[in-house]
Amino acid sequence: MSVDATTVRRIAHLARIAVSDAEVPHLQGELNAMLAFVEQLSEVNVEGVEPMTSVTPMEMKKRADVVNDGAIADAIVRNAPETMSDFFLVPKVVE
Amino acid sequence: MTDLTSLTIAEARQGLANKAFTARELTDAHLKAMEAARLLNAYVLETPDRAREMARAADEAIAKGEGGPLAGIPLGIKDLFATRDIRTTACSRILGNFIPSYESTITSQLWRDGAVLLGKLNNDEFAMGSSNETSCFGPVANPWRRAGSNTDLVPGGSSGGSASAVAAMLCMGATATDTGGSIRQPAAFTATVGIKPTYGRCSRWGIVAFASSLDQAGPIARSVRDAAILMRSMAGHDPKDTTSADVPVPDYEAAIGKSVKGMRIGIPREYRLDGMPGEIEKLWSEGAEWLKAAGAELVEVSLPHTKYALPAYYIVAPAEASSNLARYDGVRYGLREPARNIIEMYEKTRAEGFGAEVRRRVMIGTYVLSAGYYDAYYLRAQKVRTLIKKDFEDCFAKGVHAILTPATPSAAFGIGEKGGADPVEMYLNDIFTVTVNMAGLPGIAVPAGRDAQDLPLGLQLIGRPFDEETLFSLGAIIEQAAGRFTPARWW
Repeated sequence: MSVDATTVRRIAHLARIAVSDAEVPHLQGELNAMLAFVEQLSEVNVEGVEPMTSVTPMEMKKRADVVNDGAIADAIVRNAPETMSDFFLVPKVVE
Repeated sequence: MTDLTSLTIAEARQGLANKAFTARELTDAHLKAMEAARLLNAYVLETPDRAREMARAADEAIAKGEGGPLAGIPLGIKDLFATRDIRTTACSRILGNFIPSYESTITSQLWRDGAVLLGKLNNDEFAMGSSNETSCFGPVANPWRRAGSNTDLVPGGSSGGSASAVAAMLCMGATATDTGGSIRQPAAFTATVGIKPTYGRCSRWGIVAFASSLDQAGPIARSVRDAAILMRSMAGHDPKDTTSADVPVPDYEAAIGKSVKGMRIGIPREYRLDGMPGEIEKLWSEGAEWLKAAGAELVEVSLPHTKYALPAYYIVAPAEASSNLARYDGVRYGLREPARNIIEMYEKTRAEGFGAEVRRRVMIGTYVLSAGYYDAYYLRAQKVRTLIKKDFEDCFAKGVHAILTPATPSAAFGIGEKGGADPVEMYLNDIFTVTVNMAGLPGIAVPAGRDAQDLPLGLQLIGRPFDEETLFSLGAIIEQAAGRFTPARWW
């Protein structure tokens, strides 16, 4: 499988990465090189094989459903580009 | 007095205990060496004030007889580990001037045991790379050069700063992380020892995430013993990481010098690649002979799905990365590019903040997870991963204790030499190491020889889950036979 220029633009938008028209051909070439490389997986017989979903067999750990942290708003917003009284500020979302 | 920076951790520990020198003197010697070695670009941030303060505290603790196992030992920390109140960037523009308000579990355990922070070490952006050339702080130079040449070589990656700093004696040991070979490949390129522990052995909490089912932290050091000393402090169960294993941490150092008599060492035939340089082949059989001479038994084994590990990795790792890196959106931390609306703000911020390699991997990851392609790519890769893991399980079930392979397909290469036209050329560096991440196993790289141009080469030992001790025992045999290698100082 390989991707065309339209698909490259679609993936970039899904990934929320701005791509200029000038960058598309180059990216297309690189993505297709990677896709050609992974193509060899199609020759593996995976009939009846379960996908690996856990690296080491272990039961999912659950912690007690209690509040054990908090009241650290200052620490949480301290690295934000724009804030106002412990809120993150973003460009207007709702008209 | 001998140069304090040339000591191993084990030697420095002895010297501090005997009052031959103080932690402050040891730290000052390293700070001075770092200043003189800025040409290597191994550190992206030096923290001399913090270092001196920690060294002073270590001296006090030692005087009171309360020094921890790493009291006064100066370390470098890969810039992927969050360090409280100290800039942490993953060497990406998108994190900008991020100052964590928390400390990663691993580094907090190192400070608990008395270690001293010298500074933050360079790495490939978000640990995506095999040469440390994708860092937003620029490439790191390998302290090793080809005989008679002054061409700068890469130290490997992604833990290139860690490997370069340890080899150049700019710290006694360093933290590193390994998603596809990022501890073991740079260790092999710089004649240092690097171990990627079993998945779950070390907490991932507070480490910038790349591919969460593959990422695992470990140490890079100048000897097998030093790596064992650091591992003991880094390992351990952490309730803050749900994949952290609740198993006891052994005294890894005790494994060094243990007899390997009767151990069965697997030599996998699939690692004998077409066109593999003769010197790699020679190194591999030499390593096997050393283990045999120590009483181990060599057995040929088969890991039939080896060749599919790297392509499967280049689906699984980017897929997980595209998900993990979704958090960099210009809202809560790091870079923000101004824009008219929020979508444009995300897109411009991420285009500006991510480097080329990261953009490429996030896009591939997005594609293989997108509707209509998920089954063909991602699900298939996860099934292939099951088969890769099973190859190892079958091999261990036949009584094999560890597997010996080359660490890398070549010695260090020049900065700018690889991956310019085709990204896959660079990816092939991890061909011997990536299988280990796919299966979640421990692997150690130990310096074992030199190539025709006098550059270091390493061997890799792969172990059973949670059996790092056997790797330390076997690694020590190789180290003893091969000797230790130190680069000639040119910086």
